[in-house]
Amino acid sequence: MSGYRLDKGGLIDRSAPRSFTFDGTSYAGYEGDSLASALLANGVDVVGRGFKYHRPRGIMSAGVEEGGAILSVGSGRFREPNVKAPAQPLFDGLVARGQNAWPSVRRDIGRINDVMNRFLAAGFYYKTFFGVRGGTKDWMIFEKIIRKAAGMGAASREPDPDQYETAHASCDLLVVGSGPAGLAAAKAAAAAGRDVILAEQDFALGGSLLAQAGGIDKAVAAIEELRAAGVTLMPRTTAFGLYDGCVAGMIEQVSDDPGMHGVRQRTWIIRPREIVLATGAIEQPLAFGNNDRPGVMQASAVRTYLNRYAVAPGTRAVVATNNDSAYATAADLAAAGISVTVIDARPDGPDAPEGVKVIRDTVPVRTLGGYVLEGVEIGPLDGDGYATRRDTLACDLLAVSGGWAPVVHLTSHRGPKPVWNDTIHAFLAGPTTEPIRTCGAAAGIWDHDACIASGIAAATGAAGPEPQAGETPAMALYEIKTHGKKLKCFIDPQHDVTTDDVRLAEREGFVSIEHNKRYTTLGMATDQGKVGNILGIATMADASGRTIAETGTTTFRPPYSPISIGALAGRGTYRHFRPVRRTPLHAWNIAQGAVMTDAGLWKRPWYFPLPDESVDDAYIREMIAVRNTVGLCDVSSLGKIMVQGPDAGDFLNRVYVNGFAKLPVGKARYGVMLRDDGIVYDDGTVWRMSETDFLMTTTTANAAGVMAKLEEYLQTRWPEMKVQLTSVSDQWAGIAVAGPQCREVLQAVTSECDLSNEAFPFMGIREAKIAGADVWIARISFSGERAFEVYVRGGSSEAVMDALWDAAKPMGGVLYGTEALGALRIEKGHVAGSELDGRTSLRDLGLGGMASSKKAFIGKAMTEREGMTDPDRLQLVGVAPVDPSMRLRAGALLDTRTDLIDHGKGFITAVTDSPDLGHWIGLALVQGGLERWEGKEMTSYDPARDGNTAVRILSPHFFDPKGERMHG
Amino acid sequence: MIRITCPFCGTRDHSEFSYGGDATVDYPPLDASMDEWNAAIYRRSNPRGPHKEYWHHVNGCRAWLIVERNTLTHEVGAVTFAHPGLRKTVENSA
Amino acid sequence: MSHYSVWSVLREGLRGQTGWDRAWRDPAPKSEYDVVIIGGGGHGLATAYYLAKNHGITNVAVVEKGWLGGGNTGRNTTIVRSNYVQPVSTQFYEHSVKLWENLSHDLNYNVMFSQRGQLGLFHTPAARDAQAKRVNTMLACGIEAELLNREQVMKMVPHLDYSENARFPILGAILQRRAGTARHDAVAWGFARAADKLGVDILQQTEVTGILREGGRAVGVETSRGTIRAKKVGVAVAGSTGHVMAMAGLERLPIESHKLQAFVSEPLKPLLDCVVSYGAPGSHFYISQSDKGGMVFGGDLDFYNSYAQRGNLPIVQDVAECAMAIMPCLGRVKLLRHWAGIMDMSMDGTHIMSKTPVDNLYMNAGWCYGGFKATPASGWHFADLIANDRPDDLTAAFSLDRFERGYTIDEKGMGPTPKLH
Repeated sequence: MSGYRLDKGGLIDRSAPRSFTFDGTSYAGYEGDSLASALLANGVDVVGRGFKYHRPRGIMSAGVEEGGAILSVGSGRFREPNVKAPAQPLFDGLVARGQNAWPSVRRDIGRINDVMNRFLAAGFYYKTFFGVRGGTKDWMIFEKIIRKAAGMGAASREPDPDQYETAHASCDLLVVGSGPAGLAAAKAAAAAGRDVILAEQDFALGGSLLAQAGGIDKAVAAIEELRAAGVTLMPRTTAFGLYDGCVAGMIEQVSDDPGMHGVRQRTWIIRPREIVLATGAIEQPLAFGNNDRPGVMQASAVRTYLNRYAVAPGTRAVVATNNDSAYATAADLAAAGISVTVIDARPDGPDAPEGVKVIRDTVPVRTLGGYVLEGVEIGPLDGDGYATRRDTLACDLLAVSGGWAPVVHLTSHRGPKPVWNDTIHAFLAGPTTEPIRTCGAAAGIWDHDACIASGIAAATGAAGPEPQAGETPAMALYEIKTHGKKLKCFIDPQHDVTTDDVRLAEREGFVSIEHNKRYTTLGMATDQGKVGNILGIATMADASGRTIAETGTTTFRPPYSPISIGALAGRGTYRHFRPVRRTPLHAWNIAQGAVMTDAGLWKRPWYFPLPDESVDDAYIREMIAVRNTVGLCDVSSLGKIMVQGPDAGDFLNRVYVNGFAKLPVGKARYGVMLRDDGIVYDDGTVWRMSETDFLMTTTTANAAGVMAKLEEYLQTRWPEMKVQLTSVSDQWAGIAVAGPQCREVLQAVTSECDLSNEAFPFMGIREAKIAGADVWIARISFSGERAFEVYVRGGSSEAVMDALWDAAKPMGGVLYGTEALGALRIEKGHVAGSELDGRTSLRDLGLGGMASSKKAFIGKAMTEREGMTDPDRLQLVGVAPVDPSMRLRAGALLDTRTDLIDHGKGFITAVTDSPDLGHWIGLALVQGGLERWEGKEMTSYDPARDGNTAVRILSPHFFDPKGERMHG
Repeated sequence: MIRITCPFCGTRDHSEFSYGGDATVDYPPLDASMDEWNAAIYRRSNPRGPHKEYWHHVNGCRAWLIVERNTLTHEVGAVTFAHPGLRKTVENSA
Repeated sequence: MSHYSVWSVLREGLRGQTGWDRAWRDPAPKSEYDVVIIGGGGHGLATAYYLAKNHGITNVAVVEKGWLGGGNTGRNTTIVRSNYVQPVSTQFYEHSVKLWENLSHDLNYNVMFSQRGQLGLFHTPAARDAQAKRVNTMLACGIEAELLNREQVMKMVPHLDYSENARFPILGAILQRRAGTARHDAVAWGFARAADKLGVDILQQTEVTGILREGGRAVGVETSRGTIRAKKVGVAVAGSTGHVMAMAGLERLPIESHKLQAFVSEPLKPLLDCVVSYGAPGSHFYISQSDKGGMVFGGDLDFYNSYAQRGNLPIVQDVAECAMAIMPCLGRVKLLRHWAGIMDMSMDGTHIMSKTPVDNLYMNAGWCYGGFKATPASGWHFADLIANDRPDDLTAAFSLDRFERGYTIDEKGMGPTPKLH
């Protein structure tokens, strides 16, 4: 192929030259060029290699259906693999490389595969490579080699440096495609006063107009008209999928070179009232011998290169067709001064355009040449569809038209299967009840004026023109078969699928089109079958003696053309991947030197290290301080729900296993709630602030879930209950003040509140003022120490914390984090997330006594199931090492054996080093629980980390089992 | 994107809601038998086609809604409040 | 029937691929079989194969409404592993991995099981303990597994996000080296071909329209190609279980149908040499690279009952975010296709393999996320259940009545809310 730039014409700016490189060689093009048109203008012919046989590939199309010119663009971390050259606009400094070839696409040693091609038929890899040894070893050796050879472009391993974003829009009408039909639809809708978005995947608006001689001016005028009418024009925006509710996903290529602060691509989620699909049609190839040779191109693409880009893709052309459309290509080639011969498979056809020789009843049989096209053998077809070679035409460009396939992908995304139309030999969109209408070539309308009528009809909901066969109907022509030596007739030039592959698959029983696709990989390349699908189906139909309609088509899946993962992720990356939840005391904690940890989406203080202190040293120090003096801890992440109303007490009675209706005002109570299936769901405290006002706290993890569940109960199950729920989790901060001196700390900041044991007993609640702020104080304890929790509006929390810390610090108090919090509760035998694992019952956790026998509650009925009372259930125990110098590990299994052959009898859920006891302790769930194991030895089995440790099973209440400290 | 018309907030993406399961399930009284509870908790008709189901407008007004939706086509039909009192308010104001 | 080997491939290459037989016959239905299996996916075909191979029951028909392997077998992300927490599940899936290891030889069909290893990342100290427990459980059950620290993970896959910018830090991972991926379609085709070779009739394009019952027992099926009587009927139609079981009068089951999306990128040169799964809070994501070079990945359910085999946008975006969170180099990699499969989500996240209230009717359902990796073991144990009319020791735990009896097998601890499993 020896392409060159024409002297005049085209939608290019000759005053704006753009330089680029391909495989290290510098070239020049113009603003308005695609990478493919610039390569053609520079006479570059071989630009890629096929997937399997590594045969040379040239530019085959002028759009996203490209199967040959698939390149890598950009270098280093900017490298984007698998870019379709015709869809990539040229920009200054563009760096492109061929891929899937070594050392280059020109001289690729992978070509050896083509010599071996007789052995590499469809599905050959299912029949071999698994080796003779048992197991997977042999296959994995072959697999390594296969994987290296497979794949196409190489992705960078560095983070994508560019930014992406997501945007939303609504409109009355979304028009997809800016060809004649789309323009007409948008114009008609805008004239009717409707809000219209027109999206076009190409970087220039105008669709097929741009490929026509004189079409550019028409397109420019039409676009100006739409702009004036207020239509939102979105070039370079691909509608990649239609989803439920007629919501369209689109991706806009914002910039090829966005720099540090720009956006590369933007995902649009469009919610239109109605959709008009004017997505056009894609010209189909014909299957004949070596039809993959560089120099073979869609006839319509040739026209696009001539008229839109002012590039002649060759010097001596043959146009092979089965329909009328390619005559325009021939005429335009002749007008550009290129020698051209049309071979038409039909006996009749349009008159020969000026300067064009037409040979009728003739088809291409095979191409000739080396790396690139040098000629084509042609001949007539017999009645059975077999061709005979009769003549040879020398050429360096073979423009092929095998008819047109309407782009029905987007409708298919919604479910309707495409329907075969025998009049125009094409699949059309299936019927839909949704407000989606197809027009123009996408609806099988080929005539220009009919396309416009069809666009207007689609915009207004009127009936449009029907598909017509045309003056000389197209001939159903797919595979050009020959007698004698087999020729390689490609269907899918990217995946190197040939008609023989399809026929072989059919012979082997892969008769469903879905099987055939999967067995041959037909249509699974990056063009998603845009050019090969119909040929494949037709070949399959021919092989199995069925019609194309009977054979059917595979399902089109989104995206319509490949879209980058970065764009879909938008801004939801890195630190913004998930929301960060911070308590009102976050900054305060950080200022005090807290090391933070992730607790779900929350950031919570993990520990507050002294200089050079490790996490283990820090949490032990914090624990000791809480046990001996006092500690402060930010517990604001706990869920907090106001439960109010005349039935609030009864409601809580139904929700919790224990009673709440009779909880006195001014008191709090610990509560446990179950799921419907009787498994423990959540625990927390409930404070009764007045006859009708309760504050419920939940675990951090279940805060949202409990709220949703309570709302469900009230709105769906017990709508008669007069209860109002308000989440105040985000409004209130919580501070635990724990340790023997907690009273002194609080007293120092709340002089008016009597904190004595008599006036403010365990589980009491009081209103008070600290640092001028209204607070609620509850005497509750998670640590097992005498302790209070102070709840205050978030905005006042720093002032309150400052006051408390000013009081606590001189007493030798500490700030403590979640590590110490967890350790303190383990000493106390309080259950938390690692025991409330969604599989444990009240009884399992030693809380069976809490369940009220006087009332029914959620989950009660299910707790009596056989499996829920099985004595072999895992139940809560404490563990300690027999040798006090040994450490324990959460996640270790427990058993009496030292060498396990199964999953053992239980496992350790949580551990801590206990400064009070002087050794490690842990909580565990063990079959049969304390009743079966108390005082007995077991082995802690932890091959993942520490190996075996002898442990003793104890009561889980290690520390102050009678609760004297917290009650004191 | 399934579009659900919340009677309070208007038409919104389904991602604003949280799916709440089969709305035809009749949860028995808390003191009902284990068999009744087993049926309510574990057994679903799971139809392919029209389905009455709960959606919680969790990122909106927080109403539990009963939505008629086709599980095959995702087409949404009638949407009402699950709470009969709220339902009545809407009917009366209509 | 041609035996597949390197020699047959060479021979056929030399003679123009003219000597290959059909991979399976296209027989007319007989009027009666010993066993009819409803569902020509991986599980149904594997069941038929093991009925013939392990139990000598060859008068078997597999009845498939569409084309075999057209359901979830051909729609999943192809991961095979046995790193479960619940003991019976660990044992079941380990049996499956063992069968996978020799499956290509067993079937004389390359199912391309590649034991490239699976890394399950963890991001918090508590998650590390949970994964340690998983490793311990696996090691105790004789299944090789390792707990890797951050540095070891970095060495294995250097291009994950270990940066300060990561929302959740990678602290380490659980590694099962024997886990990996397989070629999903090949599994259906391999079992079909091998079962066919043993005499099983595979009846495609045959829709079951009714289950024949006489006196409380199943005696056959009504199909679009006529009545087929059978001594026993097995149902393996995950995704349509409710629909088919209703034909036998079992109207309400502990199953909801949900859809799970799957994604594949354009083909790339080798970028990821193992399976990686991501378990940061509120995230669920897994990714591997196929032999063809596509990045194959998936995430959460779409979270509502559905029989539509197509996904919705919010999960597409969520999965893309997860992909970027784990491998920020994927930003410029392009998504090629996404689709969805219909999952039988059970009430405890674990499958149901069981006799049913109808005698001689057996069900194999509720596979949740586990169906593909379970394929050979599912066939093995379901065949055993059907042949012997009683569950073997392992299968007994997966009975249909476990919910009512309170013996649920809740891998995630989420309770009777199918979408959460």
